[in-house]
Amino acid sequence: MYEKDGEKYFVVDSHMHYWNAAPDNWVPGAEHYAKGWIECFHAYQGLGPPETHWTIEHFQKYSEDDLMKDVFEDGYVDVAVFQPTYLKEWYKEGFNTTERNALMGEKHPGKFVYNTRFDPRDGDEGLKTLAANVERFGSKGVKLYTAEWNNGSRGYKLSDPAAYRYLERAQELGIKNIHVHKGPTIWPLDKDAFDVSDIDHCATDFPELNFIVEHVGLPRIEDFCFMATQEPNVYAGLSVVIGGLMHARPKFFAKVMGELLFWVGEDKMTFGSDYGIWEPKWQIEGFVDWDYPSDEFSDYPRLDTAGKKKILGLNAAKLYGIDVPADYQLPAEAGEPGAHEVLAGQPEEHAASGA
Amino acid sequence: MTGALTARPEGCESPPGGAPGPAALLQALETVRDPELDEPVTALGFVAGCDITAAGHALVRLRLPTYFCAPNFAYLMVADAYDAVSAVPGVAQTRVVLEEHFASDAINGGVAAQAGFARSFDGEAIGELDGLRADFLRKAVMAGTDQVCRPLLASGTEPAALAGLTLGQVPPSRPLDRLKQRRAELGLPAGDDAPLLIDPQTGAPVTPDGLPLHLRKARLTRTSLEANGSICRGMLHHRYDSPGLHQLNEEEPE
Repeated sequence: MYEKDGEKYFVVDSHMHYWNAAPDNWVPGAEHYAKGWIECFHAYQGLGPPETHWTIEHFQKYSEDDLMKDVFEDGYVDVAVFQPTYLKEWYKEGFNTTERNALMGEKHPGKFVYNTRFDPRDGDEGLKTLAANVERFGSKGVKLYTAEWNNGSRGYKLSDPAAYRYLERAQELGIKNIHVHKGPTIWPLDKDAFDVSDIDHCATDFPELNFIVEHVGLPRIEDFCFMATQEPNVYAGLSVVIGGLMHARPKFFAKVMGELLFWVGEDKMTFGSDYGIWEPKWQIEGFVDWDYPSDEFSDYPRLDTAGKKKILGLNAAKLYGIDVPADYQLPAEAGEPGAHEVLAGQPEEHAASGA
Repeated sequence: MTGALTARPEGCESPPGGAPGPAALLQALETVRDPELDEPVTALGFVAGCDITAAGHALVRLRLPTYFCAPNFAYLMVADAYDAVSAVPGVAQTRVVLEEHFASDAINGGVAAQAGFARSFDGEAIGELDGLRADFLRKAVMAGTDQVCRPLLASGTEPAALAGLTLGQVPPSRPLDRLKQRRAELGLPAGDDAPLLIDPQTGAPVTPDGLPLHLRKARLTRTSLEANGSICRGMLHHRYDSPGLHQLNEEEPE
């Protein structure tokens, strides 16, 4: 929890990791991929404040104690959602598996939510593993990385029939939240791998599921926003937006936030630190203090304290059924609606001329 | 990383035998854009090296912000660089090398062999990249529309009046030239009598009813492109200590 100026914020870090990307975990013959992946992540960390940068060695493999200190002791987080990323073609034990997360998390009851994952290319076996993981870890969410490499395949679309089969099964098993992360590769490679239209189809066809698009669909924020406006069960995961822009490019951050607040709305935006890429502390402190830097942004929706409370924790607490202490909750329906509420039932020009 | 080029003053005399200097190659590379960001590869810092021998053998080295940048866009940049450099008079042979990328071998080999994308990524692609390129040109048109319209609105033009303007009625500016050029590349109306605001898919004029949403989308698209560009620059800076040839520092939006 975080307190500033008498306001109390319940913090859910809805997107974070506990990985091992050190050379001892690299698959022989795939070392260059394993190395390239973690170096790419490390470059993202370079977009945060210099005093929060880690050495590449520390970044490759941080300890349980590091995580508990950075996220909970120093980082104000109340509950953290582990998002696994397997990448077993490159990392022997996987980059960041449900098992690894849970093994650590079980020593700290109440602190973590264990999301699991699936890969529609894993066939019947994968469905069994999914069921076993849900039973063992109580997962209510999955993290999907559509560009993951799997036996010669460079990725999949969520609208593939195989993916639908998995989504149906996930729903039967009680999964509520589908976190999607797009990546640079997908079959066929001549199409845009970052395209989010497959999520649009799923969101329509699975109205009971919530689709949290991580990194707000970066680098396709525009397509994501337009889709999210039309789909009530699509959320914007802010990991990378806050970590990658708030410090490094404050004016771009303001523009992106303004667009998200307009198209998606503060009720459907969730904070995620993306730890270990960035520590949550500076992100939370900066976000609570944040406002548009000048009048130039005056036609974007405002973000008040109530909106910040929703984004930092209350929205994700709702998605995951996390209990929030009474004095951290909001009194009533506070805040500003997003464009989809405004667009619904109103002539386009009203909605589009400003929320 | 800048190798032989920086050892020589820019714009130096052509080497004997009529081969052009590296400055001429760099000038050609200024025309090569990252199709996703709609900015020259030079300005983005993607040109790591550029050299040419007296015999006219050109070598261009490109670099990208990450090891995993999308291979289709990477391929387009390497192929476009190859074409641009090959077209410089006096260049007898061109080699373009994308460095430190997971698909370097497939891309460099494919472009050198003029194999096309689908053959370079055998079994992983079903077509060439023209459709992808056009999709991103349309995004560039939308982003460019905001760049042209924002100053007009700031100087007092009523939003509703924008729908009635032609390209020729807009005061000249670099963003306007750029917008016209992108529209022309797509085969969309780009002459002075063409409407300022068109649907980038169909070329149809934007109606007064559709105007507010069109402007919103234009601004959103520009925000997205600029945010991506700023992240790419930040990542590139982390990955490489030295600036690229003819790299420009980005300006934050004012």
